[in-house]
Amino acid sequence: MIQRRISLTAAFFVSAVLIAGCGQPPTSSDETSGEDKKGKKTEATGGETTNESTTVNIADSPELKEGTERYEKYVAQQTELLVERTQKFTDAVEAGNVEEAKRLYAPARVPWERIEPIAATLEDYDPDIDAREGDVPKDEWSGFHRIEKSLWERDTTEGQAQYARQLMKDVEGLQGEIEELELEPVALVTGSVELLNEVSAGKITGEEERYSHTDLYDIQANVEGSEKAFEKLRPALEEADPTLASNIEQRFDSVYAELEPYRKGDGWVPYTEVKEEERRELSQKMDALAEPLSQIGQVLKG
Amino acid sequence: MPNEKTLGKKVSRRDALRIFGASGAGFTLGAGGATLATRYAAAQDVEGAKSNGLDSRVPFFGRHQAGVSTPQQEHLQFAAFDLTAEKASEVRDLLRSCSGAAARMCAGEPAGEENYETFLPPDDTGEAFDLSAARLTITFGFGPSLFERDGEDRFGLAKKRPAALAEIPALPGESLDEARSGGDLCIQACADDPQVAFHAIRNLARIARGVAVVRWSQLGFGRTASTSKSQSTPRNLMGFKDGTNNIKAEDEDLMQRHVWAEKGDGPSWMDGGTYLVARKIRMLIEVWDRVSLDDQEKSIGRHKYTGAPIGKEEEFAPLNLDRKDEDGEPRIPEMSHVRLSRQSEDERILRRGYSFTDGMDVERGQLDAGLFFICFQRNPRKQFVPLQRRLGQNDALNEYIQHTGSALFACPPGAGKSGYVGEALFEGD
Repeated sequence: MIQRRISLTAAFFVSAVLIAGCGQPPTSSDETSGEDKKGKKTEATGGETTNESTTVNIADSPELKEGTERYEKYVAQQTELLVERTQKFTDAVEAGNVEEAKRLYAPARVPWERIEPIAATLEDYDPDIDAREGDVPKDEWSGFHRIEKSLWERDTTEGQAQYARQLMKDVEGLQGEIEELELEPVALVTGSVELLNEVSAGKITGEEERYSHTDLYDIQANVEGSEKAFEKLRPALEEADPTLASNIEQRFDSVYAELEPYRKGDGWVPYTEVKEEERRELSQKMDALAEPLSQIGQVLKG
Repeated sequence: MPNEKTLGKKVSRRDALRIFGASGAGFTLGAGGATLATRYAAAQDVEGAKSNGLDSRVPFFGRHQAGVSTPQQEHLQFAAFDLTAEKASEVRDLLRSCSGAAARMCAGEPAGEENYETFLPPDDTGEAFDLSAARLTITFGFGPSLFERDGEDRFGLAKKRPAALAEIPALPGESLDEARSGGDLCIQACADDPQVAFHAIRNLARIARGVAVVRWSQLGFGRTASTSKSQSTPRNLMGFKDGTNNIKAEDEDLMQRHVWAEKGDGPSWMDGGTYLVARKIRMLIEVWDRVSLDDQEKSIGRHKYTGAPIGKEEEFAPLNLDRKDEDGEPRIPEMSHVRLSRQSEDERILRRGYSFTDGMDVERGQLDAGLFFICFQRNPRKQFVPLQRRLGQNDALNEYIQHTGSALFACPPGAGKSGYVGEALFEGD
């Protein structure tokens, strides 16, 4: 998905790396965004940031700081896993092994989907890795979905070796950027909600994995990634609003419970087997979770 | 960006006096009536004018819920909800929060207080900022399935279910879509500004997230009844005045007799409440438009332009069903809508419906439009049900209409200032 914007973040955190690469800042007051292409590391000041019209006090508790650091580690781990699994997947593509490539496709994408909002803020990696057909000009289209189309629609790896090599290069490039990444707590706040918005806005219709119908892998991974961000913020949230924290936890449980019947072996049934009314119920469970989750910004109140 | 600066920005006020919306005409279950009211005269309706000024607020709290006897507003957004909650306490908390937010919105205030926190989504969604309250009313109701679903007493409320809340039996001539029918809860939002009405439903649905989900929702774009003597009679999409003979709020004895549930009618939590029946009535307008004026008038039983009973000149001329023409035939035909609607004084109802369109019917390639019929009464089993059974069997209009959705709700009495709607159901014995 390319259209994603972390707009809340963009307006107020001109200094954070997260912002720097996210493109199209909504206001002209976002002066520094132009300088930090490719996610160049910049230090955030932490305590207080300003833009033209507002002074915002950001909470700077040890819980928040620690949670953010732990989340950075999680992002790094997932990126490592992404590299590992993408290697196996692209090897299979290059070797012309269609069945093996199909088997490895969805699992390779899982770590990507878990950290998508973070990874996607880093300059061009999102379109390069994850663009769907029509998202980018035809001759620039590469990445997972390009190969997906060939594997499922034409049942071949023919002509895909170049995209496999490019994908591997992009994933490794992403890993390099992630190693340099320093996050602000606000990235966890927006990221956790955004992962669910990903599901509500797009994946629930099955448009993401339109050829392979492996959408449930993505959906589960989005929810897991969201939960991880929430978990890291939880100690801070327990102080601000314990009721909200336990409410969110219950709603996560209820989303997982809704997904459970669709498990099959190590993975998930094809999304085409999920009926329209079942998709609606799943979507409504997501909304029920995302609504209280959108309140966790409370931990940032100074 | 939700900061104070942008929220405070002036947005041009969208809804001027709705000159055309304020006129109208009517049908279903009773019909027409004539005044010499032109569109412009209609625009001078007292409450229409008020909606633009400082008197655009209708109190939310009171003995009865607002939105029943309130002079009917021009626009509707209606939503039915299914509860996903498992505990009665969750439903109670929901009603409490929704009542609080509803009271605020009806007073022209945002749904919630926190709208300026940088790191949080604003409590209110914002699209009604800078708009007047537009006489917004928010009316809550409980469907039969709140009390019992598939034989299960979901919330321990089964013993409190009023007999009057018996499911509407199958009626002749209906073709109901389950997905557009029923619901555990309903919220009716009426306002003179469609955006204000939509805003109310949107914000309440947001508050309900995790406890209830929207089952179906209907937008109504023009009132098809008048519920006050200060209002002129509007026209429905058949081009006829609708609601000439409606119960008017000023007729307090009729309201008492036909609309408000009284002590002793049923469980005490409904004392001062009323029962809402909603019917989605698709009009086959393409077919109707090919019918001659004479046949149109005979189907309704009134003249199209004046709204007068056939053979009369004044909209409010008495509907004398015994009149015969020179051949000895009844002037108001046997199968006409108004005659069939007026068989029994006991069946009178307060109509409060709206025209709707859902865009296009792709199957037929026709406009998908009609009447979203809403009525209030003391006991649907004695009022709406026998009335509609007779109409469904014989009404000359049946050729041109189809009932496609149906729902029934018990609307409890209004809330006291520190209370919430439905309090007596959830807190009482």
